[in-house]
Amino acid sequence: MSDIEARTREMLLAVADASDIAALETVRISVLGKKGVLTELMKGLGAMSAEERKVMGPALNGAKDQVSAAIATRAQALNAAALDARLAQERIDVTLPPRPEIRGALHPVSQVIDEVIAIFGDMGFSVAEGPDIESDFYNFTALNIPPEHPARQMHDTFYFNEKPGGERLLLRTHTSPVQIRTMETSKPPLRIIAPGRTYRCDSDMTHTPMFHQVEGLVIDETAHMGHLKGCLTEFCKAFFEVDDVRMRFRPSHFPFTEPSAEVDIGCRRSGGELRIGEGDDWLEILGCGMVHPKVLRHGGIDPEKYQGFAFGMGIDRLAMLKYGIPDLRDFFEADLRWLRHYGFAALDIPSLAGGLSR
Amino acid sequence: MKFTLSWLREHLETNAGINEIAEKLTAIGLEVESVQDRGAALAAFTVAKVISAEQHPNADRLKLCIVDTGREQLQVVCGAPNARVGLVGVFAPAGATIPASGMVLKASKIRGADSNGMLCSASELGVSDDHEGIIELPADTPLGAPVAQVMGLDDPMIDVSITPNRPDCLGVHGIARDLAAAGAGMLKSGAVEAVQGYGPCTVDIGLRFEDVGLPACPMFAGRLVTGVKNGPSPDWLRQRLEAIGLRPISALVDITNYISYDRGRPLHVYDADKLRGKIHARLGRAGEQLHALDGNSYSVDPADCVIADDNGVLGLGGVIGGAPSGCSDATVNVFIESAYFDPLRIAATGRRHGVDSDARYRFERGVDPQFVLPGLELAARMILELCGGAASNVRVAGAAPALPEVIEFRPERVRALTGMDVADAECVRILDALGFYVDADARPMEVRAPSWRPDVHGETDLVEEIARINGFDKLPATPLPRLQPVTGVAVNISQNRVRWTKRLLAGRGMMEAVTWSFLSTKMAELFGGGGAELTLTNPISTELSVMRPSLLPNLLAAAKRNMDRGQADISLFEVGPQYAGDAPQDQSTGASGVRCAQTQPRHWTHAERAVDVFDVKADVWAVLEQLGVAQDKLRITADAPNWYHPGRSGVIRLGPKNALAAFGEVHPAILEAIDMRGPVMAFEIVLDAIPLPRVRGGTSRGPLQSSDLQPVKRDFAFIVDSAVSAGQLLSAAASGAAGLIADVSLFDLYEGERIGAGRKSLAISVTLQPREKTLTDREIDTAAEAIIAAVKKATGGELRG
Repeated sequence: MSDIEARTREMLLAVADASDIAALETVRISVLGKKGVLTELMKGLGAMSAEERKVMGPALNGAKDQVSAAIATRAQALNAAALDARLAQERIDVTLPPRPEIRGALHPVSQVIDEVIAIFGDMGFSVAEGPDIESDFYNFTALNIPPEHPARQMHDTFYFNEKPGGERLLLRTHTSPVQIRTMETSKPPLRIIAPGRTYRCDSDMTHTPMFHQVEGLVIDETAHMGHLKGCLTEFCKAFFEVDDVRMRFRPSHFPFTEPSAEVDIGCRRSGGELRIGEGDDWLEILGCGMVHPKVLRHGGIDPEKYQGFAFGMGIDRLAMLKYGIPDLRDFFEADLRWLRHYGFAALDIPSLAGGLSR
Repeated sequence: MKFTLSWLREHLETNAGINEIAEKLTAIGLEVESVQDRGAALAAFTVAKVISAEQHPNADRLKLCIVDTGREQLQVVCGAPNARVGLVGVFAPAGATIPASGMVLKASKIRGADSNGMLCSASELGVSDDHEGIIELPADTPLGAPVAQVMGLDDPMIDVSITPNRPDCLGVHGIARDLAAAGAGMLKSGAVEAVQGYGPCTVDIGLRFEDVGLPACPMFAGRLVTGVKNGPSPDWLRQRLEAIGLRPISALVDITNYISYDRGRPLHVYDADKLRGKIHARLGRAGEQLHALDGNSYSVDPADCVIADDNGVLGLGGVIGGAPSGCSDATVNVFIESAYFDPLRIAATGRRHGVDSDARYRFERGVDPQFVLPGLELAARMILELCGGAASNVRVAGAAPALPEVIEFRPERVRALTGMDVADAECVRILDALGFYVDADARPMEVRAPSWRPDVHGETDLVEEIARINGFDKLPATPLPRLQPVTGVAVNISQNRVRWTKRLLAGRGMMEAVTWSFLSTKMAELFGGGGAELTLTNPISTELSVMRPSLLPNLLAAAKRNMDRGQADISLFEVGPQYAGDAPQDQSTGASGVRCAQTQPRHWTHAERAVDVFDVKADVWAVLEQLGVAQDKLRITADAPNWYHPGRSGVIRLGPKNALAAFGEVHPAILEAIDMRGPVMAFEIVLDAIPLPRVRGGTSRGPLQSSDLQPVKRDFAFIVDSAVSAGQLLSAAASGAAGLIADVSLFDLYEGERIGAGRKSLAISVTLQPREKTLTDREIDTAAEAIIAAVKKATGGELRG
């Protein structure tokens, strides 16, 4: 008995002394292996008398359990130490920079068009389009702009060479031709916006030969100038993301609307910054009015039954005002530094529910 | 259109101040561009007298002046040659701002002598260009008096921008009428009393037109004033003209300018002693020359309406007069012309000769045809008053055009179109105040526009008049009624494709450019464009003269500009219009991109990699996939347009005819032509060429088809001839064991010594997906043999040993 106790102590010491998993395994084999000390002793049980077995059996089993448990505990400790050692060795410098990803960006014009669509889309407008190369009829005649109007002169409008039949195509000077094209193909009620490229023979500090406009058109049986005011006021509040905005409708003159108005928005200039909606200054942002009866007739709509309003505003100008972009000419330069600074991330998708800008 | 407040008050009885008037003008559609209150700007400037003037000890050209300002005596250093004792002039104290320069005066030392202010010249005050010396006022001018008042400069000047439909507001009287209608005062009568003539006008006049549809000059009137004494105008007239930026010339000329601005009625005065025979209006004749009042010579065009006498052309009627027959200080007998000209012809003549005169400006917009004779009376009256003499009877040739038609007017249209609640009576009042004749008892009401309103033709014109005078501030801002509780989709699938493509490419690290729709002919020709039908007649420059056939050339130019600025690793894209012809259907929406230099900057984990064809092919692939194109239906052919490297480019086709996109390396010759460093990779997708998705019934995606049976992967390496394309081999392999093959992918390409020249090794991985039961080894072997056989048959390729 005492012999077993003494040998158990020895075995436990050997387990405790094992310095790594391999040494521990050697100890295990020497104790519990096929020819291990305890295994051999337990083999001897069969040859013992019943009396002896009754004493030695439990003693040997107890010793085996004790040593097995010690081996398991030791193994756990050694494994943990080994893992710690491995992890310590695997340490890397996590301050090293990650693999670079090239950042792309959307042009402010695309972004602002999406913002404008989000707002007017909510008011029930859908997007309409028309060609850049237009006929005299759609760009002028149908819009009640007579042949002698100054806008038709060469210094305002880009023309193409005269065709054999005498027709002379041009680059649309505004998005208004889409009004006529829409009226020709759809029946009222109409609510459309038409963003797109427009062209004028102009090039200076504030004009480029190509720019972007968005046209709006509402035709039904009751839409009046109060609706025009309400619609544009709501647009400006939503677009400039302000709770309230001061607006001024000034009588003006356009051949294709009557009455016509120019719209100013309240603003304040201080220290090079422009704040929209507040302040005592006015900034002209768009032209609008009730669609002229002649224009309705040109579009095949009876002005005694239907009426409505139209408006047109500069998309580039809206972008400049909202995002503080100083120079229109830079819009078309494709300077990467400018695009990185004023551009928008692909995931900056404007919506009314999620917000127009960050 | 410029005028002063006091001038306005000649026509409008009002207590309103300058700010109130300015606000009202803008509110009724006469937009105020600026208000110049020179009285306010000159508030600090007073009358002072030089009581001593001595030589500056340290400067030859300067004097030390002691000035008496009426309150104190101050020393001022002055460099004006006319500074002398006894001169009464304009004194600006320290702290005053000089209007012309914006400089703020400070008390200072000039060459060691104290100077406490300044004696001013007329140019420094901004009242004229005269900077020869300091202003000299009459000796009895009270010292200390405000200069603005003494010099008649305390009259604020208003500049309004008049829209082209309102020629009646190119005269102060018309502006006053609008203001009065809007409640800003009472309009004074503009009636002109006729001047009794002494007898027949000895200058004969006439109209000589043949075969002209609309007469170029329907009415021509004139009269003679004999025995006048021309010379400088009186101060009030000079000041009024100067205040609006006109240079006084002589009383006779100033009177015509004055009436032009006062009544919107241009006139012309001739020195009657320089006229020969009958003065008549007619069309010009080729070869005629006019030496005009502006000092230029003009070659008369047969389409011009001219005024002529027996000696030839006297002037371009309604545009500019001739110098030889003009009035001078020596003029004794003056012939006054008051005529009505066809606005369109005036505009054409003005444009043709590039003359921007006040007369043209008014005539081309349309002057009041009923004011031809009153204008003439007014001119005669003023000439008699200012220059003396005697006026002959009036001679008239032709007649004023007919009065406008009657317009039927329903006041309820005002409410229907504007949403403003304007009572019938107020509608009538406004129209009446604007000079319209209204029969309010008729149903509908009958309205006739006054002769000075050529812009009014129909009922909505009347609605506009009432709305603007009633005030747009009274427009009730009304939300548009919602069409549905939840608003529908605003964009169609094509428009959405544009939006998706932009965001997808930006998400792939590309920067979106917006470049011109036009380019140079040379660039257009390099890219298959430059045709005559797409060439502008009047481009802004040769660089922007033709519509672009493709987005690529302008993108390449943009990439080059960035390269020249030292930017590396450029990737730009644009989604926008391109033009194959001038018809609407020839315009398509393209999505193109360029990538040059490295894919990424250098990094510690990997070496740099130059962009290659497969970067742009991936861009195209990604866009097509996003837009719902099934890739297994696409074919790639090697016939890209000739601006691509012929061996490093492809066209992606859906069916034999429909090319969706081209991609590849830009042809080195193109790069050389635009002086750009290569290589450059590019792609061009025609978004409009991508078929729209079939309309599906509903939004369900159907059940997921997946197998629990383990797929099997087998790798094969084939040796093929170099000319065999990977695409050929892949599609051959895919056809090898039909029904079993789920995927074929290429994972290695080897060309080199080990397999010999003219050959290459392509290694593919084939995934076999069992459908019903696990594949046996035998079945797998059979499939592998079928794949090998199919590849061999299609490409001659052998399994690599």
